[in-house]
Amino acid sequence: MDFEWTPEHRAFRDKLRAFLKAELPDNWESIAHHGPGSAEITAFSRQFCARLAEAGMLFPHWPVSMGGQGLDAWFQTILAEEMWAAGEPRGAQYMNVNWIGPTVMKYGTDQQKKELLPPIIAGNAIWCQGFSEPNSGSDLASLRTRAVLDDGEYVINGQKIWTSYAGLADQCFLLTRTSDDRKRGITILIVPMDTPGITVRQIPSIIGEGDIHEVFFDDVCVPESARFGDEGQAWEIISYSLRNERLGIPRYHLARAALDRAVSLLKASGSWTGDAVKIEAARAAAMCETARNACYAIVERRVKELPIGPEASSARYNVVMAERAVSEFVVEYVPQALIDAEPYLKMHHQRGIVAGIASGAAEIQLNIIATELLELPREPR
Amino acid sequence: MELALSEDQTQILDALDGLAKPFATVPIHDISFALTSHDLDSQLAESGFLDVAAMDELGSETAAMVVERIARLPFAVEAAASALVRPLLDPELPRPLCLVEANAVGRAVRFLRPGATVIVVGNGEVRSFTASDDHVAKAHDESIFAYPMAVLKALPQDMRRHDASADAVLTQWRIGLAAEASGLLAAALAATVTYVSERKQFGRPIASFQAMRHRLAEAQVVTNGAYWMTMKAAVSGDAGDAALAALHAQESARRVAYDYHQFLGAMGMTLEHPLHLWTYRLKALISELGGRGGNALAAAEAIWG
Repeated sequence: MDFEWTPEHRAFRDKLRAFLKAELPDNWESIAHHGPGSAEITAFSRQFCARLAEAGMLFPHWPVSMGGQGLDAWFQTILAEEMWAAGEPRGAQYMNVNWIGPTVMKYGTDQQKKELLPPIIAGNAIWCQGFSEPNSGSDLASLRTRAVLDDGEYVINGQKIWTSYAGLADQCFLLTRTSDDRKRGITILIVPMDTPGITVRQIPSIIGEGDIHEVFFDDVCVPESARFGDEGQAWEIISYSLRNERLGIPRYHLARAALDRAVSLLKASGSWTGDAVKIEAARAAAMCETARNACYAIVERRVKELPIGPEASSARYNVVMAERAVSEFVVEYVPQALIDAEPYLKMHHQRGIVAGIASGAAEIQLNIIATELLELPREPR
Repeated sequence: MELALSEDQTQILDALDGLAKPFATVPIHDISFALTSHDLDSQLAESGFLDVAAMDELGSETAAMVVERIARLPFAVEAAASALVRPLLDPELPRPLCLVEANAVGRAVRFLRPGATVIVVGNGEVRSFTASDDHVAKAHDESIFAYPMAVLKALPQDMRRHDASADAVLTQWRIGLAAEASGLLAAALAATVTYVSERKQFGRPIASFQAMRHRLAEAQVVTNGAYWMTMKAAVSGDAGDAALAALHAQESARRVAYDYHQFLGAMGMTLEHPLHLWTYRLKALISELGGRGGNALAAAEAIWG
């Protein structure tokens, strides 16, 4: 075994850090503290990602045929770690490079590729995922937003909720119901967010600005060409596209960075004394590092093109535990930093709660671990 | 980054599994509180499994894998100190090895008996001696932690001094502790999963109740974490990694040990199920090296100073 980065990986991380140092403005912290979904970071991301693209670091892990450099998933991991640790200056655009771009490439029509990819590649595209509905959260396949094909147009009626980045998004990757078949009745439509009939309302949140919205669709009409894949193919497409996304954001890295920052604040204030604070800091560090190692074991499977199984849910849950441990440490030992809005600790604290909820609730991960890893008998339904 | 086993490691673990197969289960009527096997112990030693750390291309990480695998067996084997600490001191030190801190007099020590090698780590030094009746007293309850234990009643005046640094020995001790705990955690989880999947109440396996499924799934997460933390520490040999690995192993042990007996219900109170062989050993490991607090402080010192 070898837990060391290769020289190429180290050089890439160094290059990213140098890029961040050069590109983030002096007032970056005052922008960053609004959060990745905020108007401030969204606006900043459009120029930042363009510069990142010019430097060849927006999507280095994409295949060469897609304009990337064909680098392995470790590079994608390093990219995500450095960006999130810096306050995620890519804003919502991290989703584009992780899965939306590759999904368009794999399943899109030629016309869709022609229209949708250039803004993503240019680092100037904000997308939102129209997945959850008021009555369809963890049970996503029960979604009811209906799309009816009528004379060459889909007419969409329904409601999405808790939609990240919807307020400023250009496009929505929308799941709609086109027939009653639970999973095979779901169809993807790519809907420009300025289409008449769409109403977006931001929901006040405790996790940062611009992150949670309600999106209403009232007789929204899109041409049949907006359909992505075949009718009823949505479940297959999102299962494929999101299979590598179960790990999600490298929160173990963000959490560890927040913990190190909290310790440095404690040291600076002369409060890094006594056993209790050190013991609790070490416990939080242990959770971060278990999560990191568990996630790396999954990334390695991606690099070796091995199937990603339920182990990813285990790693993901480990990340949730790490987020909590660091959040609880900060609340207990450096609460003033939160009141003072220290940007990174504030962002970590606000978003710590997201880890166990977004992109598959922690309880769903536990169900997957119980059924698929431990092979425990299922609950009767 | 390369997190898979090498071909050599796979072969070694396969061979170890082969050797251990006759010892993988024990008849119910044979289960005592602390189960040991002279046969298993001598076969492991004679086959060289405890000496892999010194071999080219194998090193501490393979030794940690061996320790983890041995710990899954129902029999208690002194493997961690022999496989991970002995190579730093003298590969010929007679087994079993007992690792103690300088203030251990009066305390129960795992595997202590006349003839055992006691390694005393503390005050910046590493010393050892061969235990005799002068140093060993029978413990009041010698198997409460499912290991053979005896009380260290005195240290001799003259002990052999070793050149190895106390810090290096402590690091290897922590890696050994984490490796052993990882195996115990894995075996205890597997035994619990099997039982609760078969045991039926209210007309269905009790493992189908979410109250149990989620707690067992969380146990899987920390058990998986313990393995990877051990491997990271064994590969890096870093003092901070080792302390974090030991800390996480102890945290995990504390988290699951009671739960598993709880899940087994009345069966969890009997000696008819071997669960206690792993959980009670975990309880013994929780207290080593200053317990969670001691390892956490060591980790904090190594990471942040």
